[in-house]
Amino acid sequence: MSQKTPRQRWMATLARASRAEIEALLGAPPEHELLKAPETGTVMLEGRAGGAGQRFNLGEATVTRCVVRLSGGRMGFSYALGRDGRKARLAALLDARLQDEAEGSALHRGVAALAQSQAAARELASRKAAATKVDFFTMVRGA
Amino acid sequence: MYVAVKGGEAAINATHDLVAEARRGDTAVPEISVAQIREQQALACARVMNEGSLYDRDLAALALKQSQGDVIEAAFLMRAYRTTLPRFGSSEPVDTAAMAIRRRVSATYKDLPGGQVLGPTYDYTHRLFDFALMDTDAAVKPAHDGLKAPLDATMPRVPDILGAEGLMEAELPPEGDPRPFDLTRDPVSFPAGRDVRLQSMARGDEGFLLGLGYSVQRGFGGSHPFVGEVRVGEVSVEFVPEELGFAVDLGDVTLTECQMVNQFQGSKEVPPQFTRGYGLVFGHAERKAMSMSLVDRALKAREFGEAANYPAQQDEFVLYHADNVEAAGFVEHLKLPHYVDFQGELELIRRIRKEREERLARQNEELPEAAE
Repeated sequence: MSQKTPRQRWMATLARASRAEIEALLGAPPEHELLKAPETGTVMLEGRAGGAGQRFNLGEATVTRCVVRLSGGRMGFSYALGRDGRKARLAALLDARLQDEAEGSALHRGVAALAQSQAAARELASRKAAATKVDFFTMVRGA
Repeated sequence: MYVAVKGGEAAINATHDLVAEARRGDTAVPEISVAQIREQQALACARVMNEGSLYDRDLAALALKQSQGDVIEAAFLMRAYRTTLPRFGSSEPVDTAAMAIRRRVSATYKDLPGGQVLGPTYDYTHRLFDFALMDTDAAVKPAHDGLKAPLDATMPRVPDILGAEGLMEAELPPEGDPRPFDLTRDPVSFPAGRDVRLQSMARGDEGFLLGLGYSVQRGFGGSHPFVGEVRVGEVSVEFVPEELGFAVDLGDVTLTECQMVNQFQGSKEVPPQFTRGYGLVFGHAERKAMSMSLVDRALKAREFGEAANYPAQQDEFVLYHADNVEAAGFVEHLKLPHYVDFQGELELIRRIRKEREERLARQNEELPEAAE
């Protein structure tokens, strides 16, 4: 998979965050204009036969998107699974502000912390699964 | 011909009230919440998402609550809701090799790179009632005291291991990696391509596919394969919005993938190879993914020049009957008023009987008088 840009990484983190987490991170919403009001639609998920072969349509998933513009002119986007319009709007605001702010700002550190807790949750799930790892052994009959 | 009828509004309104009451059941018992269904009936939700062909765990839970747990009715609600939504586009094909594994087993190799991971499964339970679940305050035993190191970040798909040796039928995108056919947008024609078959089965009825898969194993299609791999876990969904021009990660979906390893095929040009059956579905739904992969292989009969003598090998039969929302609609429409049709049939049968009686009466008159 290709290397992700910082913006792709924070958009991925925001897509996985809860509305409450995004609200807490953003604080008071800055002044903005809604270029595209939160809208729920679907994205058709594609798979590949055998994992790597011919593409096929697996089924759709609900997705909500939103586009905002801050008073300074910066545009922010949000695309995430689910139907939470408020989360989409707040995440779009965060996307705009994160583009304006220098790396290492409080906001960037906040997103990094979110990403870290998501990674930790993922690792915990992986460790729980690892506890169910087995070593099968075959028995030789009549030996 | 179906002739519409009018009237009955008051009765229909009353039945809406009555079904709401029936759904609620005894009001002395607390009402179930959508979140409870989502968290505690996740396998039912997965089935609703698959057969409703829409990934949304909350909506699947709501559909189950609204339909009193009737899975096909719930799938119908998902399908109906989906038609009200705009479609933003198609995702990048999901990369199941990058799945965050929760469960992954193979019946073909005991020692696999990445290992065999049982994950949460009922396979090794005794199928004895756990009466402790009768109480709602039973504490869940915290999973695992001594946690192990996490699993490998990615694990190779088992058929790809065989593929590396050239022993497995290759799965390669066709020339130009074309966009897949979408049966929700275009009418299906036969013979159906692999993309059409896989889409149809992914949204098809689990019971129907299970029965067909079972029939293949029992000899109605002659295939008794190995599970190369079943894997369950989370996969990220990437989508490229036109206005951004780069891939946006929309979050994770839970998927189950099954790869069946079937017996050999070869030709003058190609040495004998194992052949594949593939299944991919939403949520944790192994039985569905396995059934799909059995039938996927059976439906390749034509491609391999095999005789298609059995139902599971016939794409028209499988694809036209796998959709339980369509099937339920056609079966259940029979209970709607058919008064005019039936009146016609009644008149017809009365006329036929009358003609028959008249004919018999005439024949009796023509008979010679018996000697006294």
